[in-house]
Amino acid sequence: MSTSTIASKQTVQPKARKAKELGSVVPMTTFMWLLAVLYAFPLVWFLLSAFKPGSELFQYPLTILPENPTIGGFEKAWDRFDFMLYFSNTLAVALTTTVLTVFASAMTGYALAKYQDKAWIRIFFVCLLATTMLPTEVILSPTFLVIRDLGMYDSMAGLVVPSILTATGVFMFRQYFVSIPDDIIEAARIDGARETGIFFRIMLPMSRPIIMTLAIFSFQWRWNDYIWPLIVVGDERKFTLQIALRSIVGAENIDWPLLLAASVMSILPLVLIFIVFQKYVMNEDINAGLKD
Amino acid sequence: MFFVWPGGLGLIYSFTDYSGLGTPEFVGTDNYEKLFADPTFYQSLTRTLLFAVLSVPLMYVMSLAVAALLVSNHTRGKTAAKLVFFFPWLISPIVAGVIWRWMFGESFGFVNYVIDRLGGNPLAWQTDPDLALMVVVIAATWGGTAFNMLIFIAALKNVPRAYYEAAEIDGANAWQRFRSITLPSIAPTSFLVILLSSLGAMKEFAMIQALNEGGPGTSNVLLIQYIYETGFQRADIGYASAVSMILLLILLTIALVQMAVNRRSAA
Repeated sequence: MSTSTIASKQTVQPKARKAKELGSVVPMTTFMWLLAVLYAFPLVWFLLSAFKPGSELFQYPLTILPENPTIGGFEKAWDRFDFMLYFSNTLAVALTTTVLTVFASAMTGYALAKYQDKAWIRIFFVCLLATTMLPTEVILSPTFLVIRDLGMYDSMAGLVVPSILTATGVFMFRQYFVSIPDDIIEAARIDGARETGIFFRIMLPMSRPIIMTLAIFSFQWRWNDYIWPLIVVGDERKFTLQIALRSIVGAENIDWPLLLAASVMSILPLVLIFIVFQKYVMNEDINAGLKD
Repeated sequence: MFFVWPGGLGLIYSFTDYSGLGTPEFVGTDNYEKLFADPTFYQSLTRTLLFAVLSVPLMYVMSLAVAALLVSNHTRGKTAAKLVFFFPWLISPIVAGVIWRWMFGESFGFVNYVIDRLGGNPLAWQTDPDLALMVVVIAATWGGTAFNMLIFIAALKNVPRAYYEAAEIDGANAWQRFRSITLPSIAPTSFLVILLSSLGAMKEFAMIQALNEGGPGTSNVLLIQYIYETGFQRADIGYASAVSMILLLILLTIALVQMAVNRRSAA
């Protein structure tokens, strides 16, 4: 609020009021940007370091900007580290899971929202609620054994299948479909549309914003996933990026130029997606109550 | 199927000596007895709780402060600042670990360089257990602020402006307005954020793997890493399942206690 009291509104000169407003704008803006710099600095430092040649990384005094910028680390990551292989592994897993997640969540959410008159669906809904209480980390070993006994160890299916159905996704779609009036479905039924037709041709296109948001979130979850791929993949050729990066960090002597460059490249796809679809990610109204 | 079945299976395995192969042998409460006599388990448990106690309040204060600044009328450049604060959300826990490991390297890190320049003695960020945990807390806060900030922004925007105007007429200063209007109005959101971040803190794993692998030594091995090491590296699935069940109990307790507190303060 820029004015303090009704009384002062009438008596204080406009000029003085402006000065008073400026008096709080300057410190608060400064404080906010100070925090922003604090948050951005580790990332900036890390980005700039990735362009430094190995000799310059550990040379005192440290310099903010690389003196001889090089892309040597990136070339090394590309050639020796087999970046492309891990990159495409991760991309395949993330894309497949995302498509299946969106599809399965939409169908489940729709059933939960629009077929509530059937008792077993409501019971199913309660069961689903119960699964949110059971985090992946807690049921790590049993899930692993189930997947192994299904013959999916060390395969892409083993990576994809357990992550498809997330309670978060189902909830997002359920909340959205509940808000759509039943009249639309009734009208479509009268016009002779079949139930599947109603879902695919009316409901799915209507829920586009939810689809986009969930798709981006799901892609981010799977792209950055670590613990599950770590357990289910044994073959080095099938590693995802996160595990491959971890294997560089775990080495006896860390190859910092390689590690920095590979890490920078690994975040690029998400940054790209974020820039393009920003409005779906930063929309607080959709995101409230959403976390994996 | 993929959640209920493993959940039940986990409970059953926690009473067996299953190692992943062969048939599980029923051993009663042996695993739990072994567990309660195991000093590494207690160490891991207290370290995890300490981490949660340190990181949750810090995360809460930072997210709320950032969110309040981003909805305030007195700040400029909000859109750009919001992007900066949100960016860490894109970074995977592994890469976040790498970033902070690079910042806090003992002989080459930027932080120690600055300390050195200012005339202080470089600190042992990697070899001192408590400092190493501090680095983990800082890194976790950095990564977790973005999401909680979004939740807080949504809540702050929903506080009716009329309350603030009325308070201002009554002569309340900014801090009083924040304490008596903002905090009570966003109490449900605060509850959500605290609940989610404490659950998240209990499950921290990937970031620490890249940051210091629970080091130095095993001093900062948190519960999930302990489960992973016993269950998958030592193939003692029965024992790991018992630890998982304890973790599940802790998570449930946290959720229930916070719900009870929330209900009482709402009444």
